[in-house]
Amino acid sequence: MTMLKEGRPTAPVPVKEAHMAPQTATGNRALMLEEALIFEIGSTATTGVDFAPAPQVASRLGTLARTDSIGLPGLSEQETVRHYTRLSRQNYAIDLGLFPLGSCTMKHNPRLNEKVARMPGFGDIHPLQPQSTVQGALAVIDELAHWLITLTGMHAVAMSPKAGAHGELCGLLAIRSALEARGDARSVVLVPESAHGTNPATAAFCGYKVEDIPATPEGRVDLAALKARLGPDVAAVMITNPNTCGLFEREMKTISDAVHAAGAFVYCDGANFNAIVGRVRPGDLGVDAMHINLHKTFSTPHGGGGPGSGPVVLSQALAPFAPLPFVEKQGDQFVLIEEETAGDHHAGTFGRMVAFHGQMGMFTRALTYILSHGADGLRQVAEDAVLNANYILRSLDDVLDAPFGFSGPCMHEALFSDKGLAEGFTTLDIAKGLIDEGFHPMTMYFPLVVHGAMLVEPTETESKAALDQFIMALRSLAQRAKAGDEALKGAPYHAPRRRLDETLAARKPVLTWSELDLAQAAE
Amino acid sequence: MRYLPLTATDRQDMLSVIGATSIDDLFIDVPAEARLAEKIAGLPDHASELAVERHMGRLAAKNLSAGAAPFFLGAGAYKHHVPASVDHLIQRGEFLTAYTPYQPEIAQGTLQVLFEFQTQVARLLGCDVANASMYDGSTACWEAIGMARRITKRGKALLSSGLHPHYVSVANTMAKFTGDALVHEAPTLDAATDIDALIGAIDKDTSCVVVQYPDILGRIADLTPLADAAHAAGALLVAVVTEPVALGAIKAPGAMGADIVVGEGQSIGVGLQFGGPYLGLFACKQKYVRQMPGRLCGETLDAAGKRGFVLTLSTREQHIRREKATSNICTNSGLCALAFSIHMTLLGEAGLRELAMLNHGLAVQAADRLAQVPGVKLVNDSFFNEFTLVLAKDARDVVRNLADKGILGGVSLGRLFPDATAIGNGLVVAVTETVTAEDIEILAKALEEELA
Repeated sequence: MTMLKEGRPTAPVPVKEAHMAPQTATGNRALMLEEALIFEIGSTATTGVDFAPAPQVASRLGTLARTDSIGLPGLSEQETVRHYTRLSRQNYAIDLGLFPLGSCTMKHNPRLNEKVARMPGFGDIHPLQPQSTVQGALAVIDELAHWLITLTGMHAVAMSPKAGAHGELCGLLAIRSALEARGDARSVVLVPESAHGTNPATAAFCGYKVEDIPATPEGRVDLAALKARLGPDVAAVMITNPNTCGLFEREMKTISDAVHAAGAFVYCDGANFNAIVGRVRPGDLGVDAMHINLHKTFSTPHGGGGPGSGPVVLSQALAPFAPLPFVEKQGDQFVLIEEETAGDHHAGTFGRMVAFHGQMGMFTRALTYILSHGADGLRQVAEDAVLNANYILRSLDDVLDAPFGFSGPCMHEALFSDKGLAEGFTTLDIAKGLIDEGFHPMTMYFPLVVHGAMLVEPTETESKAALDQFIMALRSLAQRAKAGDEALKGAPYHAPRRRLDETLAARKPVLTWSELDLAQAAE
Repeated sequence: MRYLPLTATDRQDMLSVIGATSIDDLFIDVPAEARLAEKIAGLPDHASELAVERHMGRLAAKNLSAGAAPFFLGAGAYKHHVPASVDHLIQRGEFLTAYTPYQPEIAQGTLQVLFEFQTQVARLLGCDVANASMYDGSTACWEAIGMARRITKRGKALLSSGLHPHYVSVANTMAKFTGDALVHEAPTLDAATDIDALIGAIDKDTSCVVVQYPDILGRIADLTPLADAAHAAGALLVAVVTEPVALGAIKAPGAMGADIVVGEGQSIGVGLQFGGPYLGLFACKQKYVRQMPGRLCGETLDAAGKRGFVLTLSTREQHIRREKATSNICTNSGLCALAFSIHMTLLGEAGLRELAMLNHGLAVQAADRLAQVPGVKLVNDSFFNEFTLVLAKDARDVVRNLADKGILGGVSLGRLFPDATAIGNGLVVAVTETVTAEDIEILAKALEEELA
């Protein structure tokens, strides 16, 4: 037997030449672990949960007992934890780094909010418990409502909408109800070209014909065109302010006045409220209804695409039409006004939008966030969000085209276009390059009014050091795209997956897993 | 302030780069009359984590939590035990603080979960395909009615009297604006559901029949004859499931011919949370997939030939189609879908069946015990984990009195159907695995006292 004289190597052998990393047998790459589907690793006989034995009783299921195989695989607890932990590591998230997705306000999600939402008194109460047993929950709704009304300078707030688009629906239904109440049938909603897609979709859902309002070369609503179009057929104008180009609509008050003079209402898409919270009250600008995305401005977690929460603040003119249910304070008691009691308190309501009272789990988080910041902190939020965006705008407008940079400061997001990139290079290439640099890409190809739009929203919770690193990365990518660096078109190289074929996915949709597909793939 | 990293020096340095002298310069586009010079008055300033936690804790303590009382509420939201690992996993920052997976190369975690979720939901509901979730059961139900209108090009929907009244309210609200005609009556306290009446009411204008399974009173009926009758008239059958755990014990609506099956997924993995956020389930037959609302995740390949997942068929959606979209929905209920999927994976088919039979067994014991109380009559012949009792007096008062004794004894039909005085003595009682034999006895004794 020979002994190993030199022992275990403690320093790496210098790599002499660059070479391709060899394929591994598993497909894993060290900490980057491939993970099969539960249908491939689980079995219908496996479970990760133990139960007490069921009482032996005569079934009351009638003739409908389920006897077929459902096809739901189970995993033990450890396998389950491992499956989802491995999958989680294939995601980018705010917790990992800057997530500058414009119009989405990806700010830090404080963990106190999570802790509070899970207090048994909030997390473990049923929506139909007697009201005497949920006074604290109703107090949360009332307290949050007070903040939202005060911060926006509005008259009332409908708390139940489940997300931003649902809030838009609430606002437009209130507007339509108000018009119908005065016997004024109107058929058109005006929406700027730069609006979120939810705006025209919502208006169409409410039975309105949607017409575009053009933008000025400065990226704002064309006031003259808007005024020219206003008339007795226009029910509402939907305006995003700050708008999706990241600009404040300077003429907002004039717009509102003109809209009101024409007998119509102003709906404001409040997706970008983060830029102005504590510095501007939309109520002072003549807004009649505005949804507030609690998952944006007030930092309830986005959770991979929801749940959101979209309370809608309302003007005095629209408040009587707000949906059920809502909370009212009567003496020292909070009362939930539902169908049973609505007649006496709220006869004009357009009705109910959701089964229960809205996103309580988001209310507790948002209120916690708001109380943590206070009036002074929320104002600072807007200031730092706007400062961070302008810092990015001015740090990059020498290498990237900033289509509205000439017109002055931006608000909470900086907008760039693909103008000046080398022939054949696109916004998509820059976005995918950012992935390799360790960042989530910005919003791309939105708003539609700018060619190859790149909309960068850093939010206030990013440090200067984080911004500087992002700026350095984006600058490098802009230079590569202008120089025609072909390698950029293959990005990302270092993500869990290379560019994915969306055309293939849509042409032959595979939306569920099936054993059949697996068998075909093996052939 | 603990969440804001910029220092005063940073701010000054950054203003210099921008070429501004003060932060006010960045707000010059705001009309002067709307610019607030100071913070908004009358609101408190920022507070420490401890102070905020204390304040919120005081409010939480004013509520009677379900776990602190004998608890029998259902009617669209159910208390089930959620395994500890579910909440641990959904709090992984990579899930919690990610956004909609618009950049699939760095969102495969969320996307694979959605693909697995869609498959689990489709199989549970007995359908070909399911989407990546809606806001909740009530909005999913309304979207199904709209989808049936688009498919059949007819505008009259028949809503079963056994459909959750809040789901009916939501549909009524929307129908006022879309022009759909909805036909609905309050339920009666009979053992049989209204399936025969619905079959009789289907005509050539009917877009769909919407039926809840089990229904608001807990009754279970075979949907096959209703599906056949709907299809014979060119209408669709929409089935609504508010307690998906039931489908571990009873036949899936899709297997009985339902064209669209929607539901409330809260019962699996998602806590009660006073009504939200919850999880809308939405599934249908393959041939209707392009009329579905909401996000869909699909399988594809990446440039290196590896399997991956992306959001797909987005030409149905608002961000592409704008006013021509199938729905205005954007944000869905992603994190709740994750919780559902994890819980379902932990259960597996074997666990789900076991959980369902445990619920059913306890519910049978409770129904039999409570029916022995003088002044109490059981309505149901059939039920899963929820049934309706008729009391000798208005159930609203009984529920309030029970709450004063620390017992959360059920949901009164008077609260659910305030206009239907004929059923005001009805009490809907849900019994899940969280209910003990002792709880059942406490409720029985308390009802005895109330009705004496």
